[in-house]
Amino acid sequence: MITCFFFSVMVIKKFMHITKELVEHLAKLALLELTEEEVTRYTRELDSLIGYFEKLNELNTTHIEPTYQVVPEAIVFREDSVQESFKREEWLKVVPQQEEGAIKVPKIIDVG
Amino acid sequence: MIPLYDYSLDELSQKLQKKEVSSVELTQSVLKRIEETKAKLNTFITLTKESALQTAKTVDQKRIKGEVLSPLAGIPIALKDIFLTQGIKTTCCSKILSQFIPPYDSTVVKRLKQNDVVLVGKLNMDEFAMGSSNENSCFGPVKNPWDLERTPGGSSGGSAAAVAASQCLGAFGTDTGGSIRQPASLCGVVGIKPTYGRVSRYGIIAFASSLDQVGPFGKRVKDVAHLLKAVAGRDSMDSTSADMKVPDYTQFLTKDIKGLKIGIAKEYFIKGMEASTEKVVHKAIDHLKKLGAKIIDVSLPHTSYAVPTYYLIATAEASSNLARYDGVKYGYRAKASTLQEMYRKTRGEGFGREVKRRIMLGTFVLSSGYYDAYYKKASQVRTLIKRDFDEAFKHCDLIVTPTSPTTAFKLGEKMEDPLQMYLSDIFTISANLAGLPGLVLPCGFDEKNLPIGLQILGPHFKEEKIFHLAYAYEQSTEWHQRKPTV
Repeated sequence: MITCFFFSVMVIKKFMHITKELVEHLAKLALLELTEEEVTRYTRELDSLIGYFEKLNELNTTHIEPTYQVVPEAIVFREDSVQESFKREEWLKVVPQQEEGAIKVPKIIDVG
Repeated sequence: MIPLYDYSLDELSQKLQKKEVSSVELTQSVLKRIEETKAKLNTFITLTKESALQTAKTVDQKRIKGEVLSPLAGIPIALKDIFLTQGIKTTCCSKILSQFIPPYDSTVVKRLKQNDVVLVGKLNMDEFAMGSSNENSCFGPVKNPWDLERTPGGSSGGSAAAVAASQCLGAFGTDTGGSIRQPASLCGVVGIKPTYGRVSRYGIIAFASSLDQVGPFGKRVKDVAHLLKAVAGRDSMDSTSADMKVPDYTQFLTKDIKGLKIGIAKEYFIKGMEASTEKVVHKAIDHLKKLGAKIIDVSLPHTSYAVPTYYLIATAEASSNLARYDGVKYGYRAKASTLQEMYRKTRGEGFGREVKRRIMLGTFVLSSGYYDAYYKKASQVRTLIKRDFDEAFKHCDLIVTPTSPTTAFKLGEKMEDPLQMYLSDIFTISANLAGLPGLVLPCGFDEKNLPIGLQILGPHFKEEKIFHLAYAYEQSTEWHQRKPTV
């Protein structure tokens, strides 16, 4: 019953198709290593979701201002004053790899 | 004799103040209850037994000395595993943070400690608060105490289930699209998502920053009023925390609601919602009318656009917020020979299926060429949804709606269909998009004996009005007295 209703609202013109190439491109942008199986799955799922999200095209929003923050009272700045922060040793406890008090990472420049 | 854990927070607060029980006794009772039921429910990720008993002992000593204490002093509560707790593992139920021990406390935790609350542990949730069924946790799903084959809802499923099963007297969660209210409804407890900006989010792991808000769960409206009061208010560490006076919410709990104008929106009674839910919610509205409230028809015409609007905005913000998990400074790090490879592998291996799906979706809606058609469009529709509420609240004090189109569904039922899962948030999402406070409390049961929750929405920073109505309803019904047999 619920399935019937929810899918009946999806009858809309769909203009965007998510391809495997686009999913691979997005994974590259998001720095996510995906398996072949994941690429196939996300291609299918994103295509279906984006299709549903295009429901918004039913609305004409040409003269509508976008909203990014809804509660005007919830923007408060504080004095820009110097305060004591965390100790370096405290933070180094959570670092995956370190050397002589600095964070260590693998080779940054790949000359190959 | 009723075991101590079975009382409400407010009742126990009074017993503690009258020295009829000690916090140590109460904490022991709660810890025993957790031990007996935790394997069945999978609610707790971390238990802090020793520090809990230590705090309880300290509170008892303070009380003996005659110190003036908070009503929450000595009360055992638990936290969704999204609140940073100094020295206590905080995982967000993700592999990428599964070994993370924060070096500092979130503001909510700091304030709870100032109130001498006894923290008994950290609760299960959907990974990074992304989900509506608690099945996206890397520690496995929580079971609903009313039916162990069903979901408690999500993402704060552990918090709602733990309160329903009396494993703690109150709990905290977060709500980005319904993550407090939907599980409260599915588990038959009270939960509130306050106004955006009401509670500091400093030290809480971010999902979607223009939507996230923190709130408490409890067995009773009054319990939740106590808990919200303790944590709400301006915090200089969070520039989105409003500089607004926090009323003592418990002072607004009266039974007289004569003349209160309650808006009912037809857009929240959709074809396809479960018949029993619709019936029970209508009955609750009739009950409010009998109590003297004025029922007024209002319209929220853009309601059916809320789910797509929300998922475009929330995933965009999530893809940006979750960029910080790169294996460099903290959390899981995959083995790799170059930095680029380390980033990709860490994130590919560290995030679960739903989180990756949302990062991909968010990356898409923000990416060059698609931004205007999706992200900007959704932000414009958000304006329309907000205007609907501005208009509606010109005619009524509060709006009453169902919380979830169905009662608790079976575990696994919606896991292979992300769209169906997203649609279970259809009634809760608009409040986040408009920044409104919303409380959920039990208003009946379906034929399977599963709880149904009533949602009360109010204008910005009018939590006290919501508490007033919720209390009047609760005190004149008996739903809150039912308990799951677990």
